[in-house]
Amino acid sequence: MTEQQKARRAALRTVGTAVRKKDAMQLLLGRPAYTDDLAPKDALVVKLLRSPHPNALVEAIDTAAALKIPGVAAVYTWQDVPQTRFTIAGQTYPEPSPYDRLILDRHVRFAGDAVAIVAAESEKAALRAVKAIKVTYRVLEPVLDMHAAKDNPVLVHPEADWYPPCPVGGDNRRNLVASDTNSDGDVEAVLADCDIVLDRTYHSKAFNQAMMETFRTCTQLDSYGRLHVVSSTQIVFHVRRILSRALGIPKSRIRVEKPRIGGGFGAKQTAVCEVYPAFVTLKTGRPAKLVYTREEAQIAGSPRHEMEVRVRLGADRDGRIRAIDLYTLSNTGAYSEHGPTTVGLSGHKSIPLYTGGLEAYRFSYDVVYTNHQAAGAYRGYGATQGIYALETTVNELAERLGADPTRLRKTSMVREGMPMPSYYGEMANACALDRCMEHCRRLFGWEEKYPVRDMGNGKVRAAGVAMAMQGSCISNVDVGSATIKLNEDGSYNLIIGAADMGTGCDTILAQMAAECMDCEVDDIAVHGADTDVSPYDSGSYASSTTYITGKAVENACAQLKERMVAIAAGMLHCEPAELVFEGRQVRRVPTGEAVTLEQIGCKAQVSNDIAAEVTCTHSSPVSPPPYMVGMVEIELDKETGAVTVLDYAAVVDCGIPVNPALARIQTEGGIVQGIGHTLMEDVQYDHSGRPIESSFLQYRLPTRLDMGRLHVEFEHSYEPTGPFGAKSIGEIVINTPAPALTHAIYRATGVWHRELPITPEQIAMGAV
Amino acid sequence: MTPKMMEVELTLNGRTVADRVEPDSLLIDFLRAHGCLSVKCGCETAGCGLCTVLVDGAPVLSCSMLTARAAGHAVQTLEGLQEEAADFVGFIADQGADQCGFCNPGFVMNTIALLRENPDPTDDEIRAYLAGNLCRCSGYDGQLRGIRAYLDSRKAEAKGGAARD
Amino acid sequence: MITMQTYVQAQSLEEAWQLNQKRSARILGGMLWTRMESRPVSTAIDLCRLGLDTIEETDAAFTLGAMVTLRQIELHPGLAAYTGGAAAAAVRDIVGVQFRNMATIGGSVWGRFGFSDLLTWLLASGAAVELYKGGVVPLEAFAAMPYDRDVLVRVILPKRPGAAFAYQAVRIGRTDLPVLNCAAARLDGGYRVAVGARPGKAVLLQDDAGLLARGLTEESAAAFGRWAAGQVPTGSNARGSAAYRTHLVKVLSRRALLALDRTGGDQG
Repeated sequence: MTEQQKARRAALRTVGTAVRKKDAMQLLLGRPAYTDDLAPKDALVVKLLRSPHPNALVEAIDTAAALKIPGVAAVYTWQDVPQTRFTIAGQTYPEPSPYDRLILDRHVRFAGDAVAIVAAESEKAALRAVKAIKVTYRVLEPVLDMHAAKDNPVLVHPEADWYPPCPVGGDNRRNLVASDTNSDGDVEAVLADCDIVLDRTYHSKAFNQAMMETFRTCTQLDSYGRLHVVSSTQIVFHVRRILSRALGIPKSRIRVEKPRIGGGFGAKQTAVCEVYPAFVTLKTGRPAKLVYTREEAQIAGSPRHEMEVRVRLGADRDGRIRAIDLYTLSNTGAYSEHGPTTVGLSGHKSIPLYTGGLEAYRFSYDVVYTNHQAAGAYRGYGATQGIYALETTVNELAERLGADPTRLRKTSMVREGMPMPSYYGEMANACALDRCMEHCRRLFGWEEKYPVRDMGNGKVRAAGVAMAMQGSCISNVDVGSATIKLNEDGSYNLIIGAADMGTGCDTILAQMAAECMDCEVDDIAVHGADTDVSPYDSGSYASSTTYITGKAVENACAQLKERMVAIAAGMLHCEPAELVFEGRQVRRVPTGEAVTLEQIGCKAQVSNDIAAEVTCTHSSPVSPPPYMVGMVEIELDKETGAVTVLDYAAVVDCGIPVNPALARIQTEGGIVQGIGHTLMEDVQYDHSGRPIESSFLQYRLPTRLDMGRLHVEFEHSYEPTGPFGAKSIGEIVINTPAPALTHAIYRATGVWHRELPITPEQIAMGAV
Repeated sequence: MTPKMMEVELTLNGRTVADRVEPDSLLIDFLRAHGCLSVKCGCETAGCGLCTVLVDGAPVLSCSMLTARAAGHAVQTLEGLQEEAADFVGFIADQGADQCGFCNPGFVMNTIALLRENPDPTDDEIRAYLAGNLCRCSGYDGQLRGIRAYLDSRKAEAKGGAARD
Repeated sequence: MITMQTYVQAQSLEEAWQLNQKRSARILGGMLWTRMESRPVSTAIDLCRLGLDTIEETDAAFTLGAMVTLRQIELHPGLAAYTGGAAAAAVRDIVGVQFRNMATIGGSVWGRFGFSDLLTWLLASGAAVELYKGGVVPLEAFAAMPYDRDVLVRVILPKRPGAAFAYQAVRIGRTDLPVLNCAAARLDGGYRVAVGARPGKAVLLQDDAGLLARGLTEESAAAFGRWAAGQVPTGSNARGSAAYRTHLVKVLSRRALLALDRTGGDQG
């Protein structure tokens, strides 16, 4: 940080403080705030009949018996829905995800794919009706192995109207969603010249976000006859566009609003369930709601992309990493959502970590269709899978060379001021990764914990380390906006289209506004997101809200101050240049006269032609990476293979943490999710392709007894393009546990595990 | 076969509530239908703790209790324990550990049960008692810090009070 | 989701038994696993009014009514003292406090679930069940009986002087169903080792081979573990393979036996 940046930071009053989330007390006291709490009591209950087969054609479907059940209002099949293909991926138009869905398709493509929609007066009646529908399936051979998907004679999407709105290298006649290669330098030549080359392949599975509130949407016609959608979504504007295309009605007839959201983690960056109740409401004219069961969220949600990442890493004998060749095979499942984009991060957000010594890199990938549940966006978005692979390979390099892995990385890691060829040529303007490493070593006690210690009784203690990065938005794509307006009591309304899904962005953005307007956070009332009211925002994903929407808030506040000064100039009969904005008042410097905010607010409502409100929109040509180091200590029982996480230390460089308490919680929550994926959450299928982990009984989430002790601290850097120097934090925090734990388990057992999760069985039975 | 409707009467947050229910009516649905929207459902396998309520003071999973079985008993939801909750939830808010909030009512209810049973728990006792309350956002430690801060403040208050006496 | 036609709080065991003679009737335990079934129930029979929710301790035995919850077992001072903490160890990792406040010993034992922690521990501990018509039946016999229409009234745990107990399980997550569990008991100088979550329901081993006849040592316990691994049939499911479970039979039975000689049983 420069002296000027340090001074700016020191002058901050609100940004950088741990204020409570604005909604905290309401949520902690259990007030009704979520989609199902707000649904009209007379809403039709919508349920879906789902395919038991991973690949089948609906030959015949008989709904007569279902329709006879008392309380059943409607049953819809593939014959009743529009025939325009769309994607439910929440992405900026034109979406990189090919249009490959119908609301109901005669061809069902995974065990859990929707076959029919039922709407009834009660849940019981709806469930009875679902059971009463008779379907004759022509069962087709499924494609279940992603390795065999490309150019398989069985096509997941044989349809002629499959349509990619963007060129992403896909071809539905090859089960290929996307494919690409990019490189810098001659990777083969450098690899050939390296003292040591490791060639390793890693497999991570389709982990589920498992947010506590499953997918849910309530729809009704408003007083104008428009479709009013209340949904637990991160992407209100994308949902409006998706519904418009899927239902064949203009966007002007649709309003999408999100209330409080019970967690998203990317799952709700896909319009998983919105189309079904929306279709029912359009058809029946009645309010309708669909609340996914946990089973539906597990088997027909939008989980992580299963990926196999092959890393070829070349280094010299001192451990300097000279070349990385990374190939990712990604399984998008039955539909394309986020397939072409998640894969990109597996290389673009892992390889740049080693910009320091890298002479050449190549990154290539294929994304394939299979007859599994469609994948989507999950915190980390491909970076998690790539970092798991690359960081594990680097740890193996260190162990092979007998080097301390925290020291080995010194010569190769990216540092401030470096251009990053593997990161779209961007410059590392704010990068404290080196300081994160040193800080984390101290915080964790690396020197004491890294050596393997035998605790007796077959138990050993060992430690592991990993670095991580992410982005702060989708550069040149994401758009964030904010409207700020003055009220006559001197308070402000801040209206946003970004979605607080529990992360606290409503509060963080209010902190920024309070900082700019020199007022209290309580003086800022926040509302969002609502397509009728909010200024356009791509939505809360890609770690972008603090960085992109935050900057829009900063800009909007600056312009509102100018307008308030202009109104005050009229009141004081002087030139605006004579005036200064002082938070509670605007003062005329030469005379000392002042008008209060209340006076300006009142004046704005009487004989006034200057709007006391401003909307600003922001986008960024760069996506500055946050950085992080994580270290874990485990105790491993060599006989049973059981791993106990003892301590997890992490140091994060997110630029400036706008709200240190919330940044810390983000980090802790991400680490625990990562621990879950590494040690206990599994994704298995039975012989017929049905998911086994279809409930929380089978899909084990970490409890508070499974995560050890967390220690999170921050290293500050200053990102010149971010609001108040901030970058992002939402996603990066999930990236270190898999490689750090894999490393610790190797230290304890001498075995590198290359597939997640690493269960006690794999450890005990894999022992050498 | 139509189910045989039942008359049930129970005490809900101190008030007598009578209604006709189907024999397989689950307490969670009954409570939500009677305006206790704090009670949330997070799974169907009795494993997440979101639907925790107190029946005769004991924390139970309302998703797995028949309304008929609760008849004649005293049921409390967070709607009825606002003051007791308000005593400590501010400390959790100070940590930012409320996050998405969806697990909060169940977690707060079970914390109330814990603190009634064991007013001065250790960190490990807190973890063990709340193990059946899943949270996907917070990573749990912030919740623990909040409860710890509350207990510490209570102790400081007691000390301060004693000193004044 | 389970559906029920009627719900009855039985006024007597006789009434409960009578109502339960219909195949589609069902006696309710804690309702935790029952709810996940889709089989329709004609009459749901609740034993909650029959005073079966207490643990009674005499010099000779503990008597646990069918409606006693797992949480009561976990917190009972008499059981803690007699079992050296093993009773609590067998139940304390089951989901959470709220779940254990509801799950009943009657439901747990009647279900004879493969994954049951309680059944494994009770089997090793020499418990018996009291059935309304069938009378008192040793648990190992009951575990092998087919499901019938009788009513489980109580579980009886006879007290033996000098008894020692230990409980061990491997779980992938701390409150998950076990991959394998194992309980050991020393009763009247003899050893009983039960192994559950194989994933089939628990089986009981006694020292038929006489491996422990000369006392419990590292060596004899290890020999027993190896022998047990050959005796206990194991299978594969999503939580583990048969081979891993067989490996765990060897490890956990050895560890459980050795824990018998440690203060408090080192319940891990």
